[in-house]
Amino acid sequence: MDIFIQQIINGLTLGAVYAVVALGYTMVYGIIQLINFAHGEVVMIGAMVAFSVIGALAPSGLPPGVVVLAATGCAIPACMLIGYAMERLAYRPLRGAPRLAPLITAIGISIILQHVAMMIWSRNPLAFPQIIKAQSYDLAGATITNVQIAILAISVAMMAGLVALVYRTKLGTAMRATAQNPQIAGLMGVDANRVIAFTFVIGAALAAVAGVMVASYYGIAHYTMGSQLGLKAFCAAVLGGIGNIPGAMLGGVLLGLVEALGAGYIGDLTGNVFGSNYQDVFAFMVLIAVLVLRPSGLLGERVGDRT
Amino acid sequence: MIRTHFGVVAIAVIAVVSGCGEDKKRAQVYRGFTIAIGSVAPLTGGIAHLGKDNENGARLAIEEANAAKIKIGSKDAAFELVSHDDQADPKVGTTVAQKLVDAKVAGVVGHLNSGTSIPASSIYSQAGIPVISGSATNPKLTEQGFKTQFRVVGRDDQQGPAIASYLAATTKPKLAAVIDDATAYGEGIANEVEKTLKAAGVNVLPREKGTDKTTDWKAVLTKVKGRNPDAVFYGGMDATGGPLLKQGRELGIKSVFSFGDGACTDKMKELAGEAADGLLCSQAGIPAQAASKKFLDAYKKRFNVDPILYSPFTYDAANILIEAMKKADSADPAKYLPVLQKIEFAGATGKIAFDAKGDRSDAEMTIFTMKGGKLEPIAIIKGGKTVSYQDFIAQAAAPQQGDAAKK
Repeated sequence: MDIFIQQIINGLTLGAVYAVVALGYTMVYGIIQLINFAHGEVVMIGAMVAFSVIGALAPSGLPPGVVVLAATGCAIPACMLIGYAMERLAYRPLRGAPRLAPLITAIGISIILQHVAMMIWSRNPLAFPQIIKAQSYDLAGATITNVQIAILAISVAMMAGLVALVYRTKLGTAMRATAQNPQIAGLMGVDANRVIAFTFVIGAALAAVAGVMVASYYGIAHYTMGSQLGLKAFCAAVLGGIGNIPGAMLGGVLLGLVEALGAGYIGDLTGNVFGSNYQDVFAFMVLIAVLVLRPSGLLGERVGDRT
Repeated sequence: MIRTHFGVVAIAVIAVVSGCGEDKKRAQVYRGFTIAIGSVAPLTGGIAHLGKDNENGARLAIEEANAAKIKIGSKDAAFELVSHDDQADPKVGTTVAQKLVDAKVAGVVGHLNSGTSIPASSIYSQAGIPVISGSATNPKLTEQGFKTQFRVVGRDDQQGPAIASYLAATTKPKLAAVIDDATAYGEGIANEVEKTLKAAGVNVLPREKGTDKTTDWKAVLTKVKGRNPDAVFYGGMDATGGPLLKQGRELGIKSVFSFGDGACTDKMKELAGEAADGLLCSQAGIPAQAASKKFLDAYKKRFNVDPILYSPFTYDAANILIEAMKKADSADPAKYLPVLQKIEFAGATGKIAFDAKGDRSDAEMTIFTMKGGKLEPIAIIKGGKTVSYQDFIAQAAAPQQGDAAKK
């Protein structure tokens, strides 16, 4: 039983990170029907910037908590800037173009960001400084670390904040209006370009925090870390119903749980025919099954294709 | 088309002319009593320090041979080191190999990396020039069947049995978990470890696998923890092994964690933090500091630094080439190659003899542990026998003093 609880804790932590990253995909898709494949790379840049800041501040003798906060404080604006530049330079000029064009551009941006990061931070795996001492707590026979608790708490807080932003503020109303119909929203006095730029910037800020969380959880940062994570988060968004904010959260947590339980039990269930390295296969099988039964995702609404 | 034809003819003419002249030219070099020995290692780039160390080892051997006034073919021989930089790049490696072949060197010490040694080996083989690597550990190097290829360092596939037998002998586990990263290297070494552990009567859990990009090992490790093994072995690199070790300790797994040379680096300390202390890992060969005292002193005196990694091996490699030439009384590769294949040599890294493939028979493997954030050698494994590191150093010092006394 304690093993099961442990796998649930592992899955929830992983799922919380997926959920935060998935929000970036789903918000952008909800508004301009673009799958921003470069979003995973923004997560990576967030981790890398934080890595550099921690490296610079660690010898100064500041308390570890302050250093981490400063690093996150630097990573967020850096990623916001990248998110804004990406939208302004790469996607806005293609706003009226066929949907395939911005998609290819997104893949291009993703490759560019990866290689810029490789040039700046080298191709070696970087040891993310572990300045906050990991402490394990006992929870019904399973262990949970302070980093895991922090990841869960921060993710929940950010998701709550985002929901409040989207459903309680004027900007959020404008976002929802633009998502429903950009032209009509424009006629009602909503500056669609500004709202879209904001969406990118908010998604990038979430990605920056996710980057810091992932890097400090695993203690490693690498210039390719964003692509795999981005792909998983994208799947989480699709699982929950892309374009749907609560759906992204649900999809993220579900995917995390499925992966952890899959890796933990798939070997036993199949008599060791499939090993734990099939955890991704397992996760994607669940994704396919959900999409076959509910093509618009768990919480996605059935909508006609808008042109 | 005309140009192509001309090119083909020109190359053919050059080949014929140079082919005819080959023996004469080679003979000329020897008549001048200068014997050129090539040394190839990356002298620029990220591992330039290791490359220079390799070159220094070969250089020391050559200088000592010159000081000893060796006679070959009853004439005084002057050895000359022709050192080249391969930038650890396979493409540059083959270019440099061709340069050395064109320069008609009598033998080559190098290259440093397996990645450069393997493509270069066929060039040396075609030219019939013996080449001894002091650092390339990939099994493939000597599996190609080239008669001219040798190495004085151990092979990667000897490492698995070494670390596993050490684990079985010291930790005495009843149950072990073996995890790998599903790469050729990781799976290969994990298979060897599993085989050796099972032979030693240890129960091994069904294999767990990740990928060479896995950073989240929690699910796998949680499963492993549920079975409560006494020892864990991971076949993979430090970039995945570090997080694995860190997460294992976070989950409260108290077993011994062990790794192959891919994760036997100082990076483990950075990646796993305090969890790295107490890990066991293996490397092919012996640490430079375990080489003979005579070599260590001579190296320090000549270069004013301590040997870093493979210089004792390149030193031995160059010495073996010279020794074979001495015994064959010729620096002609065709004449001294048969002697080289059968040579028995007491070098700075111990007794050296080659097996049929050109691998060192009875190569040593070193077991390291992480202590206070530093990798420290604790044992040397040779021919299935484990010797503690201190004893090994004491042994290595003793016969060398005997040699000195003879002279």
